[in-house]
Amino acid sequence: MSKFDRFTLTGIVMLVLLIAAPFVVAQTGWHGGLPLLTRIVIYALAVVSLDLIIGYGALVSFGHAMFFSVGGYMVAVLAYHTNMGDTIFGWEGTNSALVLWPLALLACALLGLVIGYLALKTRGVQFIMITLAFAQMVYFILVSLQYYGGDDGLMMDMRNTMPGIDLDDPFAFYYLALGLLVLWVLFCRFIVNSRFGMVFQGLRQSERRAVNLGVNPLPFRLAAFVISAVGTGLAGVLWANYAEFVTPDMATWAKSGEFMAIVTLGGLGTLLGPIAGAAAFIGLEQILTIWTEHWMIVMGPILVLIALFGQQGMLGRFLKGGRHD
Amino acid sequence: MILFIEQVLNGLQYGAFLFLLASGLTLVFGIMGVINLTHGTFYMIGAYCGALTVASTGSFFMGLLAAMAGAGLYGLLVESTVVRWLYNRDHLYQVLATLGLILFTNEAVTLIVGRSPIFMNIPPFLEGSVTLFPGLAYPLMRLALIVVGLAVAFGLWLLVNHTRFGMLMRAGADDRQMVDALGVNMRRLYMSVFGLGAILCGLAGVMAAPLLAVEIAMGERILITTFVVIVIGGVGSIRGAFVGAMLVGMVDSLGRAYVPQIFTALLPYSVADTLAAGLVSASIYVLMALVLLVRPYGLFPARS
Repeated sequence: MSKFDRFTLTGIVMLVLLIAAPFVVAQTGWHGGLPLLTRIVIYALAVVSLDLIIGYGALVSFGHAMFFSVGGYMVAVLAYHTNMGDTIFGWEGTNSALVLWPLALLACALLGLVIGYLALKTRGVQFIMITLAFAQMVYFILVSLQYYGGDDGLMMDMRNTMPGIDLDDPFAFYYLALGLLVLWVLFCRFIVNSRFGMVFQGLRQSERRAVNLGVNPLPFRLAAFVISAVGTGLAGVLWANYAEFVTPDMATWAKSGEFMAIVTLGGLGTLLGPIAGAAAFIGLEQILTIWTEHWMIVMGPILVLIALFGQQGMLGRFLKGGRHD
Repeated sequence: MILFIEQVLNGLQYGAFLFLLASGLTLVFGIMGVINLTHGTFYMIGAYCGALTVASTGSFFMGLLAAMAGAGLYGLLVESTVVRWLYNRDHLYQVLATLGLILFTNEAVTLIVGRSPIFMNIPPFLEGSVTLFPGLAYPLMRLALIVVGLAVAFGLWLLVNHTRFGMLMRAGADDRQMVDALGVNMRRLYMSVFGLGAILCGLAGVMAAPLLAVEIAMGERILITTFVVIVIGGVGSIRGAFVGAMLVGMVDSLGRAYVPQIFTALLPYSVADTLAAGLVSASIYVLMALVLLVRPYGLFPARS
């Protein structure tokens, strides 16, 4: 079976499972089921985006939670102003998703552009540390926003409004998130297979070769970084609506590490693997938290094992057709 | 003027403390190419071992020994069980494995010692303050930290530049295979460097313990700051770690003292208050961004 077939097959199987899952869960009468599935889909959106730059470009960003938090804060803060009746920069805010969501993604794109430009001057471990440090900067700024709850975070009175879709309906919200995930995976797949994506991957294999062919690496890497930031920001937007609550915790480095762990667990550079990774990780987290409040004592060693033995991830070997590249 | 000198001393003290952590982290990275997030955890282990030993024996020197031994032993355990297998692997896996170790260690310490912070008294011979000159009395404990930091800096400089061990370290950083082929036991060399880094963390932990609460997440907070230090200084360079630590120490302490004043003088109070608080906590990251704009690989890049 060719690599393409395996991708399509896996994608279809996953999609069928994710479409059917809410009905299956509803049959069991378990109320936590749909929220769990929604969390998985939202996380999947974030980690697929991260896979785009780590898996295909070897750009290990240790600060992606900052885009997650900025996406979330944008919608929560602007909606807050509408509800409070005061203005922000002379604007009374809005609760309309059609306005808020694009604005939030734009903010993530701009932030990604600035931080990417600075961070991409470096490679390897420098890049890891610099993305981490910028995320910390965002974290401290969020903590210092006393007006928006500071450390405690900001509650949303209601979810954003969208014509034709009731975001308050858990089913509708889940399927909206799933639809966005599908579109995003297809978009990322398109990017990866395009000329742009080929150059981007070529840079990972040999920067010198690409440079000798007359390629300037920065625009390619920067564009991929910004796309990845936007996808993670969209996950943040959905998360804010799901939880109806944003806190600076969304920007912590532990969150960034969690994203990286999920990508690796699922399979680097496969786009679909991370979705399976998200399901496994969040499912495991759910099971462990029921079992013990000290679940980190189990999760920690699991991360170590993933790092030591799980280089291919859950689906890496299958989706890459057993080939190493 | 007195206030200014006091702030500079505070900056020096914070810088010396950061250097104790940054030197080990940068050595481990520069020589073994490992990005080690558990560095902050060694610091926490050191602080706990120190504080608990002082509480039960009453002797600061016993605490000092326990802190360095505890952090050093835990460092060796981490090296031999996990980090050793990651030397030639992608940084991503090093980050994940050491992140997992942090989560594990934090939870394990919580289970053993509990969640509430521990406080450690300043040892009697370092209590009180000395009058440096009329009008400026400075706490002895903080002076001790400055002295220890500077002594370690000098000691490391001697070790790296004027001993056989240091020569092997530098050679191993440049070309591991060659040094290996010359009959040097690289495994032992790496273990020693890793252990040395962990011992310095323990030292930092026990020296800082009387000045702040010993608690679970203390390692992570300082770890990120330590990263900023070595990114500014140039990853892998001891000299860079020293300069970076001092710069970060100064910017942090002077920022805390003067940024709010400047902002309240220029802006309405409500705005100034929020902005200043944000800028003060983010100031070292702003410093880092500025340095990177000019020198992407830090002030003293270890390898070009």
